[in-house]
Amino acid sequence: MELKDKLISSFMAFEESIDVHNELHDVRTLAIKNFENKGFPTKKEEAWKYTSLSAILKNDYSVFPKHENAVEFKDVKKYFLHEIDTHKVIFVDGKFSSFLSATTHDGLDVCLMSSALNKPKYKMVIDEYFNKIASKDESLTTLNTAFANEGAYINIPKSKVVEKPIEIIYFSTGIESALMVQPRNLVIVGENAHVQIIERHQSLNENPVLTNSVTEIFAQKRAIVDYYKIQNDLQSANLIDNTYISQKQESRVSVHTFSFGGNITRNNLNFYHFGERIDSTLKGITIIGDKQHVDHYTLVNHATPNCESHQNYKTILADSSTGVFNGKIFVEKEAQKTDAFQQNNNILLGDKATINAKPQLEIFADDVKCSHGCTIGQLDENAMFYMQQRGIPKKEAKALLMYAFSNEVIESIKIPELKQRITKIIATKLGVSLGFDL
Amino acid sequence: MLQIKNLHASVEDKDILKGINLTVNAGEVHAIMGPNGAGKSTLASIIAGNENYEVSEGEILLEGEDISELAPEERAHKGVFLSFQYPVEIPGVSVTNFMKTAINESRKANGIEEMPANEMLKLIREKSELLEIDRKFLSRSLNEGFSGGEKKRNEIFQMAMLQPKLAILDETDSGLDIDALRIVANGVNKLKSKDNAVVVITHYQRLLDYIVPDFVHVLMDGKIVKSGGKELAYELEEKGYDWIKAELEV
Repeated sequence: MELKDKLISSFMAFEESIDVHNELHDVRTLAIKNFENKGFPTKKEEAWKYTSLSAILKNDYSVFPKHENAVEFKDVKKYFLHEIDTHKVIFVDGKFSSFLSATTHDGLDVCLMSSALNKPKYKMVIDEYFNKIASKDESLTTLNTAFANEGAYINIPKSKVVEKPIEIIYFSTGIESALMVQPRNLVIVGENAHVQIIERHQSLNENPVLTNSVTEIFAQKRAIVDYYKIQNDLQSANLIDNTYISQKQESRVSVHTFSFGGNITRNNLNFYHFGERIDSTLKGITIIGDKQHVDHYTLVNHATPNCESHQNYKTILADSSTGVFNGKIFVEKEAQKTDAFQQNNNILLGDKATINAKPQLEIFADDVKCSHGCTIGQLDENAMFYMQQRGIPKKEAKALLMYAFSNEVIESIKIPELKQRITKIIATKLGVSLGFDL
Repeated sequence: MLQIKNLHASVEDKDILKGINLTVNAGEVHAIMGPNGAGKSTLASIIAGNENYEVSEGEILLEGEDISELAPEERAHKGVFLSFQYPVEIPGVSVTNFMKTAINESRKANGIEEMPANEMLKLIREKSELLEIDRKFLSRSLNEGFSGGEKKRNEIFQMAMLQPKLAILDETDSGLDIDALRIVANGVNKLKSKDNAVVVITHYQRLLDYIVPDFVHVLMDGKIVKSGGKELAYELEEKGYDWIKAELEV
């Protein structure tokens, strides 16, 4: 059976397994109907022109988690930011792992989507926020909505500055021969509140995994949200990440996406503005090789005056890997004095590596500052010669240059331990050990 | 120290060096002067191993060994240093870390263990004092946002750290004000010994007041057309290069 049919026919069973009388029944039903009409996106659609899902849809995925599989902490410790204390919401094969998690209700909620969706005390919040910014039209998002049941639920009350970063990690054990998971995260950050979140998807063996994840983030007035996505998964793992961000007046939200692994990775990152003097930051480093594929599809919707957005994506492609950057900036007529900046720099290391870069600016206001720059090149030969002249061999010189290339993005990581971790992953990725920690 | 024999080189089929002969002995300072486009920087680049140039003929010997087939880093490990006319910016890599990497890579290539951290610190302190470089400067990203003068001073600091046998200074004086010029020249002079050699490439005689050459060569149209003592530099400063051209035509 094709994956689409399998999903549609599992839907009723899925709903019965949770609670068919749940208030969200109508939302799910609408969503599955939309998916049924649209199906998985194909390359015929403009938004999916450079990314084909057809090969990965052929696996016979088990589509909703059956077992509670245990994972020993020592086996997965390296995927945690274990040097510091963090809040943790951890899932194994789509099921919550209370053993690996450290949730809290003490002054803030860091817990489970399934309880938020089902417990009466969260009903008002769910009514107000759940599926309110996520697309009701885009097929993969609606597919996720239809099956939305588990994920992280984070609610930070007004003026709360969360001291510890929050880690959300989805492990897949590979016990199933092929697994599809559809995590659903909801993050609400109250007025003047501040939070840092790290999200990661990690396979523990080479069985294929397809993750179709949806995250909704609501930043209230003057809230500050720093969100980091670490994508350094095995080459059997595929990830479609759909993130929707709603920002109110004077809020500041940044999303950093570090794509170093996986087979096919697609990041749909959408920012929507509802208020003035909003600041949105979208940054990414992509370093891949072999036949890996990473597609960044970003949208910043400037709907209100006096807001800023900053995009900076750096890509290094080796071997036959392919990268896509499609950055759309939409400036509505009312959004005067918008300051939108977009930069995308790409380095191709291999003759067979490909980048498709497409900046898209649609501007309907007349008093705005919008700029974009896109470069595609090889490593700077002068810089290589300079470093070799000082005695640094070619391989190390290359690594230093690539590090220098990514540095602008690395510099803006606000959690020092994470910054260290990312630079270490980059050094490993580049296959060098230098006389100092990058 | 350095022997260049009948060196011919081209870039994209354009001949730039057309038979250079030059011998530099240990303990000597040589100046190479000449008009724009004569091939001075090309010569410096080729000695250091820049792979963008095609060497079609001739030899480059360092202490009797032909180095013309070696990679730039291998030449560096043997003691060749080139102070760049346009040093490259490397964001995110501090001057100190860059030097640690460079020194330890050279040591590794020469079979010496890594320099202990305290020794490295001592060396950095000593050499930064010599070039009157603020310690804060050393934790900045290499050359990023440095002024022209800071970049040049940083080049000589690196030279001091690496202690090369053969140092080639390519237009190190450009972009330097008189105080910086004095500091840089003083640094070079302090590093000079009977065991190493310096080749100074410059347009102007100005630097040669501070780094006094034993020999001055005039490079024109890819060849060394005239050699002499330090007084040749004054003559060039005064009269320009046309008289040499005239002399050659006769």
